[in-house]
Amino acid sequence: MTDTSKPENKEWPLWEVFLQPKSGAHHAHVGSVHAPDAEIALQNARDVYTRRQEGTCIWVVPAEAITSSQPDDENSFFDPADDKIYRHPNFYTLPSEVKGL
Amino acid sequence: MEMKEAIFNYCLRYADSSLIIGHRLSEWCGHGPILEEDIAMTNVALDLVGQSRSFYQYAAKVEGKDRTEDDLAYLRDEREYRNTLLTEQPNGDFGQTMMRQFLFDSFQVLFFEKLKESKDEDMSAIAFKSIKESKYHLRHSSQWVIRLGDGTEESHQRIQNSLEDLWRFSDELFEMNEIDEVLIKDGIAVDLSTIKDHWMQNVVDVLAEATLNVPEDTFMATGSREGKHSEHLGYLLAEMQVLPRTYPGAKW
Repeated sequence: MTDTSKPENKEWPLWEVFLQPKSGAHHAHVGSVHAPDAEIALQNARDVYTRRQEGTCIWVVPAEAITSSQPDDENSFFDPADDKIYRHPNFYTLPSEVKGL
Repeated sequence: MEMKEAIFNYCLRYADSSLIIGHRLSEWCGHGPILEEDIAMTNVALDLVGQSRSFYQYAAKVEGKDRTEDDLAYLRDEREYRNTLLTEQPNGDFGQTMMRQFLFDSFQVLFFEKLKESKDEDMSAIAFKSIKESKYHLRHSSQWVIRLGDGTEESHQRIQNSLEDLWRFSDELFEMNEIDEVLIKDGIAVDLSTIKDHWMQNVVDVLAEATLNVPEDTFMATGSREGKHSEHLGYLLAEMQVLPRTYPGAKW
C-alpha cells in the first residue's frame, strides 16, 4: 500500500522572474512561475510577464536558490541603521552648477 | 485558373489552418495543466488567429466582393474550409495537443521562411510578421515533445501514441494542386516539395531527442485541399460560428 498520509509533492519548483525593461537597465523582480526546469521556466516567464512588451531580457532563478532574511531578523538587521543619519549624503553643500541630483 | 482566384484560395488555405488550430488551442483556455501553460497556449492561439486574420483580410481584398474577414471565417461551411486535417484534430491530452502543434509549427516556420521571398508583397509581409511568432511556437511545442517523450514511462507511451495517431496527417501539409501550380510560376507561392525534406529532418531530430519512434509506412490521410474533412471539423465550426450566424452583424 502506498502511504497516503504524506502525498508526494507533485508541484513543479518555483522560479523567481527578473525582467530587464530595456537594454542597459537593471533586472527587477516581477513575480514567479512554476516550471519543471530552467528552459520551461524561461518560456513561462516570457508568456506570463512579457505579453505587453514589458521586457528585453529575462532571468529566472530557482526560488530555493534565494536566501532571504527572516521577519525575526528585522530588529537586528535593520534597526541599527535608524540613528546613523551620517550614512546619508545629506551634509554636503552642492555647488549651484550641479544639476540633476 | 485565374491569378486572382488562385491567390484568394491560397490565402484561405493558410488562413483556415491557422484559425482552426488556433481555435483548437483556445479550447484549452481555463483547462491548461497549470496556469502558466494555460496562458502560453492561449498566447499561441491568439498569435495564430492573428495570422489567419492577415490572410483573410488579404483574401477579402483580392476577391473584391465586399466580403470581410469575418464573413470568410464565420460564414463558410465545412466543405468550403481548406485547413489541413492535422489542424482540426481534437486536443486529446496535453501531450497530444503539443504533438499536433509541433508537427504544425515545424511546417509553419519553414513555410514562412520561404513565403518571405514571395513576389506578392502582401504575402511576404504576412510571412515576415508571422515567422517570429511561429519560431517561438515551435520552441515551445518542441520542448514539450522532448520532455514528455523523454519523461516518465507513462508520458513517453502517451505521446508516442499521439505521434502515431497524428503522423498520418503529416503528408497532407505538403500537398499541392493547381493553385500552387499557377502561383509558383510567378514566384508567389512556396513550392512545398522544397521544404518537405527539411521538415522531415527537423522533426526526426526532435523526435530522436524525445526518444520517440517515427512511425513507418503509415497510411496517409488526404482530402482537405478539396474540402473533405474528418468528422471533427463540423462540430468545431458549429461552436465557432454559432454566434455570428445566430446574430448576424453582432458586435461585442
